[in-house]
Amino acid sequence: MSSEQFINKATDAANAARALSDEVASLASEASRLVVETSGQTVGHSPLIMGLTVLVLAVFVGYYVVWNVTPALHSPLMAVTNAISSVIIVGALIATGPADMGFSEVMGFIAVVLAAVNIFGGFIVTQRMLQMFKKKK
Amino acid sequence: MSSDLSALLYLVASICFIMALRGLSHPTTSRQGNAFGIVGMVLAIGTTLAAPGVVSYGTILLGLLIGGAIGTVIALRIQMTALPQLVAAFHSLVGLAAVFVALAAFHKPEAYGIGSVGNINVSSLVEMALGTAVGAITFTGSIVAFGKLQGLVTGRPLVFKLQHPLNAALGAASVLLLVLLCTTQDPMYLWILVAVTLLLGFLLILPIGGADMPVVVSMLNSYSGWAACGIGFTLQNNLLIVTGALVGSSGAILSYIMCKAMNRSFISVILGGFGAESEAGGGGSEGQDDRVVKSGSGDDAAFLMKNAESVIIVPGYGMAVAQAQHVLREMVDLLKSSGVNVRYAIHPVAGRMPGHMNVLLAEANVPYDEVLEMDEINRDFRSTDVVFVIGANDITNPAAKTDPKSPIYGMPILEVDQAQTVLFVKRGMAAGYAGVQNELFFRDNTMMLFGDAKAMCEKIVKALEHL
Repeated sequence: MSSEQFINKATDAANAARALSDEVASLASEASRLVVETSGQTVGHSPLIMGLTVLVLAVFVGYYVVWNVTPALHSPLMAVTNAISSVIIVGALIATGPADMGFSEVMGFIAVVLAAVNIFGGFIVTQRMLQMFKKKK
Repeated sequence: MSSDLSALLYLVASICFIMALRGLSHPTTSRQGNAFGIVGMVLAIGTTLAAPGVVSYGTILLGLLIGGAIGTVIALRIQMTALPQLVAAFHSLVGLAAVFVALAAFHKPEAYGIGSVGNINVSSLVEMALGTAVGAITFTGSIVAFGKLQGLVTGRPLVFKLQHPLNAALGAASVLLLVLLCTTQDPMYLWILVAVTLLLGFLLILPIGGADMPVVVSMLNSYSGWAACGIGFTLQNNLLIVTGALVGSSGAILSYIMCKAMNRSFISVILGGFGAESEAGGGGSEGQDDRVVKSGSGDDAAFLMKNAESVIIVPGYGMAVAQAQHVLREMVDLLKSSGVNVRYAIHPVAGRMPGHMNVLLAEANVPYDEVLEMDEINRDFRSTDVVFVIGANDITNPAAKTDPKSPIYGMPILEVDQAQTVLFVKRGMAAGYAGVQNELFFRDNTMMLFGDAKAMCEKIVKALEHL
């Protein structure tokens, strides 16, 4: 891919993401309205139970999605899961976030660097592999 | 940005990650899947940067630039044969990052809204400690795996006395430290927990032999996901929980597939020690080594394959070590141009990690629809004229089906013995990874092609050009 194509594709992706985020924003306001309306009736669960619910459902999704991955692409699967597990950078960014510099921010900064190595490295190496699986001719 | 909005954006990012894995169900949709993954990650990072507590953009940008530059350079330079090492190294980084995030959260819980120093919610503390422990095990475990794959540490299983009791004691100590941490909130216990689990990760992977590395790499893949999951619970962030669960289950499924392909139980892989027999030098099978084998030259092989109707290539890791995949593809092109039906058969553990052989062949421009998995092609061997085994051994050994005493008994194999003629490219008569002699070498319809895989393929190519 030439750098110009790459930039075009990246711009397209960014525009798509922006459109998506606009849509989500309107969804969010709708959702918050609904939450206000229904909050009188819901029973609060502890965050642990909510997290557990999400975890169990996500494991099921993961199970079915991963069994559908063709064995030929198991190496790209490992590389891409490696890249997305670096979403842990979210925690690192929150730690680095505050303006002052303390122990916690330094830990966060190191974690940002480590996770960034993984994100860039993981996605690029996956892309390299997948380029090889193009139809020949 | 309101917290509801960011939660929804995180949800979109989670969906993107699911789509990224979904795309890998076929090569044609896979690149789109990767794009989804990138969009999801950009969304996740962007949303976090817009959070009210995050203001030091300069520092963050610096971190992203440093890490991004390192990651990009490594990913662009890496050889595809070294892919397993790379993945192992990347896993270690996720583990280490999880440890650092947990330490940061412990020392500044206000930033995450989980209490204050010395007064952190107990459930958050448990999750944090679990995330730290799994992260630390992933870190040192992956480093050992990297060392073994790279050849820095011996691939032989390192087993010592009292190994399992020691590991069990360390495990028990971790649980005790977790309890102490929760009751006292003393940072000292968290640091000791980090130290103990770092040691545990190291000791857990050391005894595992080189042959089991595909399982180990997949298992560490899974661990890195669970580490992210643990941190997600601490931060009460559903995106991290979902992603961690996806990665965790993906790694677990791959480990299961690898174990099944080697007929090994997960427990026995973890306990380690497999492959130690190869040290003994064959033992009982030595008497058989006196038998004669039929060996042939590149010309013989070229003649046989050129006059065949159908040929199946069975590549193993030895082919990749010899860098023979490109010249092998040249050989296949010549055969195809003279009307021979040529396909490739891949055993799940043909490479050093799941799907590794497929990538190596794809790199040599072998079209992916000519590359078939074991289940797809095993039935076709009996109607095949010539099988060309290059750099593989154990995965073709019929003893896995016939000899209950063999260490590889029960392992699914490519049934190359069913074919009319079998050609084996091998450097010598040495046994494979499992240390077992291959009965196939001594059969009448087998011809051994002794030599380096690449040199042999070059000879065959030359012979084919002159035929």
